Amino acid sequence: MKSPGPVLLVENLHKSFGGVAAVAGVSFALDAGEMLALIGPNGAGKSTCFNMLSGQIRPDSGAVMLNGEAVGGMAPRAIWRRGVGRTFQITATFASMTVRENVQMALISHHHRLWRSLRPARRLFVAEAEALLGPVGMAEQAERAAGELAYGDLKRLELAIALAHAPRLLLMDEPTAGMAPAERGGLMALARRLANARDIAVLFTEHDMDVVFGIADRILVLDRGRLIAEGSGAEIRADPRVRAIYLGSGETSGGH
Amino acid sequence: MDALAVSLLTGLADAASLFLVASGLTVIFGVTRVVNFAHGSLYLLGAYIGWSLLTRLPHSPLGFLLGALATIIALAVIGMALEMALLRRVYRVPELFQLLATFGVVLMVQDIAQYFWGAEDLTLPRPPWLRAFVLIGNQRFPRFDLVIIILFPLVFGVLWLLFRRTRWGRLVRAATEDREMVAALGVDQRRLFTSVFALGAGLAGLGGVLALPDASANLQMDLSSVTDAFVVVVVGGLGSLPGAALASLLIGLLQSFGIMLIPRATLALVFVVMAVVLILRPNGLLGRPISGSGGGTPALVRPAPMALRAAGGAALCAALLAPFYLGDYALAIATEMLIAMLFAASLHFMMGPGGMASFGHAAWFGIGAYASAFAAHLLAAPMPLGLALAPLAAGVLAVAFGAFVVRLSGVYLAMLTLAFAEIAWAIAFQWVDLTGGDNGILGVWPAPWAAGPRGFYWLALGVTVGGTLALRHLLATPFGYSLRGARDSRLRAEAIGIPAARIQLAAFTLAGAAAGLAGGLYAYAKGSVFPTYISLGHSVDALLMVLLGGVATMSGPILGALAYTGLYDLLLAATSLWRLVLGAAIIVLVLAFPEGIAGAILRLWTRLRPA
Ligand SMILES: Nc1ncnc2c1ncn2[C@@H]1O[C@H](COP(=O)(O)OP(=O)(O)OP(=O)(O)O)[C@@H](O)[C@H]1O
Ligand SMILES: [Mg+2]
Repeated sequence: MKSPGPVLLVENLHKSFGGVAAVAGVSFALDAGEMLALIGPNGAGKSTCFNMLSGQIRPDSGAVMLNGEAVGGMAPRAIWRRGVGRTFQITATFASMTVRENVQMALISHHHRLWRSLRPARRLFVAEAEALLGPVGMAEQAERAAGELAYGDLKRLELAIALAHAPRLLLMDEPTAGMAPAERGGLMALARRLANARDIAVLFTEHDMDVVFGIADRILVLDRGRLIAEGSGAEIRADPRVRAIYLGSGETSGGH
Repeated sequence: MDALAVSLLTGLADAASLFLVASGLTVIFGVTRVVNFAHGSLYLLGAYIGWSLLTRLPHSPLGFLLGALATIIALAVIGMALEMALLRRVYRVPELFQLLATFGVVLMVQDIAQYFWGAEDLTLPRPPWLRAFVLIGNQRFPRFDLVIIILFPLVFGVLWLLFRRTRWGRLVRAATEDREMVAALGVDQRRLFTSVFALGAGLAGLGGVLALPDASANLQMDLSSVTDAFVVVVVGGLGSLPGAALASLLIGLLQSFGIMLIPRATLALVFVVMAVVLILRPNGLLGRPISGSGGGTPALVRPAPMALRAAGGAALCAALLAPFYLGDYALAIATEMLIAMLFAASLHFMMGPGGMASFGHAAWFGIGAYASAFAAHLLAAPMPLGLALAPLAAGVLAVAFGAFVVRLSGVYLAMLTLAFAEIAWAIAFQWVDLTGGDNGILGVWPAPWAAGPRGFYWLALGVTVGGTLALRHLLATPFGYSLRGARDSRLRAEAIGIPAARIQLAAFTLAGAAAGLAGGLYAYAKGSVFPTYISLGHSVDALLMVLLGGVATMSGPILGALAYTGLYDLLLAATSLWRLVLGAAIIVLVLAFPEGIAGAILRLWTRLRPA
């Protein structure tokens, strides 16, 4: 089953917005079952990296290899079909649908029923959707409108949506923003279990350093579009450049 | 050579007049994000108030100047009053309902103007200084138009300085670029919005006064001017003042040279230009993507409650039996209502769940009607075939044109549909050999079994109910959900493999085909087709029906069509001031039930019955 080589290989990725280099030469690899954290101060280029990996932004240059296939510049849909699920920093869900229907839509699309089925959508893949909502703790809210959820719950829903097509690679942009500190650990522990059990490669950004150091196998540090450090939690904590950009402290809370 | 020079000057004068109205519209939109249909009414009021002042003042240049200044001030005050009394209350409702409210103002102002100034066109006495010409070679050019031309750079320059050099202007620009930021800065938005409105209204008033010497004050000038102004604003890029200036120049010159080169294409030319610009530049010439337009999260859509279904079933039974208790005349009215329902339902399909509002939905209705008429005349086709060709023709054209439409969004999208409808209208109107022009095509008779009022009523009922239920069912399928998903969050849709543009194109095509079917029915119901089926007024009818009923569920357009046609017929019979009453009713509805009639009923229902 497991293909040789990393699930994701990123080489020398670049993106500028009107002369401002948001991402300037980022390279890294990510293996199946591994949890990699991408950290850095606000505006470092983390979300821009994510958007290039999942197709929302076309890279200026550089390569994105997914299981050995070059996917850089492909449309989000094409990349999703190849097994990449993601959550957004500013959540994106279907506000006029229930929580369950949001997940059902991902399942319907995954099973190629968008055009082919004339049955009511809310009757399709009900059990599968509930099975995805349970682990993220959204089962009780399945009937609620996504448009009226609390922010932390939207993040949970997004995770369920991202998992609907059994992804090989999961991208989570600030998955625990808006949650109480106690809930953060739980959600990330879930991601950890999934990564292990299903061999999913996980890349995530996070401002809560306790979460990062507690859960990540490896950490990348981005500053002004460049990777300035890479290593285990202990290595990153000890790195003087990292300490410098985080004002000489192991900062703990989201710095907005 | 001289003729060219005169054409150039005529074009510049046209451009200047366009700019006066469009500049106010674009600044107002930029700051408040309100699609202000009533801007043309301000222009109309400018002309009428200006007429009243100028006929009383000395007929000298100084008198004209004073009258124009007084008109500007009067309109600025009216604009402020309008903003404070109405628009301020609708900034938070979805943008289409703002449009609906401003359309209510349009209707009211029409009747108010008619009440005070009468239905006749009003012209100014023309003293010698107004009649004067300058000679360009051997061609004569009105001297007054030179004044208008000079006003163009003058007004543009003053506005430019106002926006660049004053604190107020910087706030206006900041609000145009990023409303949230200005709100966060703690600027008094109310005063900013009110003052912007006053400025825009004053400019519209100036435009109205200046239209008097060459033309007249008349009751049609509101819609014609606001359509032109919207074209300019959209071509230039919403909210962009330089864009509006550039687009005014482009369109003014194209119009005056267009008349010389291709006289037959004049009606459509402006809209062809707009369509081309929008296809090439989805945000207009100098526009940028709009941030933060419209308000509100879309409401949760649930399957209809049992009681509503039962009510629908009962209504259907009553409708089925109608020929047994209604007279022929009432049946004919009911048939028209049914066709209006299908027409409204088809617009709702793309506009509610699809999020694609259209200002030109009558195009598909008209194409369907003409397709049936051609089938009857050129092919001598029997009615079933003629009826089948209507949605087919509309659908084929909709899929071709929709490919461009779905690349746009919001007002740009709506204006591109308007462009198409106006082009279609111009063809119907001007290609006399084929369409009979204004005289239309007569003698489109239904099959013998449907020739009587009863037979045709049942036919219309079957087609309307079938068509509406089919659309309704589609909304519940994965396709319909995908359509709604693409509206709620295109980002999320694409991120789970939903091809948003293709889904929207399919919906646009279906909506066009269904409207075409309604048009085909209408052709056989009336026995004739006319260019007015494609007119802007007819598109607006559809828009009003959907918005009145509510965009959230399919019951909206049905109730809306009933309410609108019913209200319309009632008012027409009851009062000569029906526009005033209808406009006021629309405004009250928007303020009291921003979710439409169906939405209000549903809300009441859920409140009375705790789940
Ligand atoms: N669409 C865009 N247009 C212009 N500039 C952009 C755009 N998106 C991002 N940027 C800029 O690129 C830089 C990187 O932004 P990015 O959102 O990737 O940072 P980030 O690391 O995710 O920050 P945060 O922690 O705040 O989420 C920033 O300077 C940002 O202003
Ligand atoms: Mg980010």
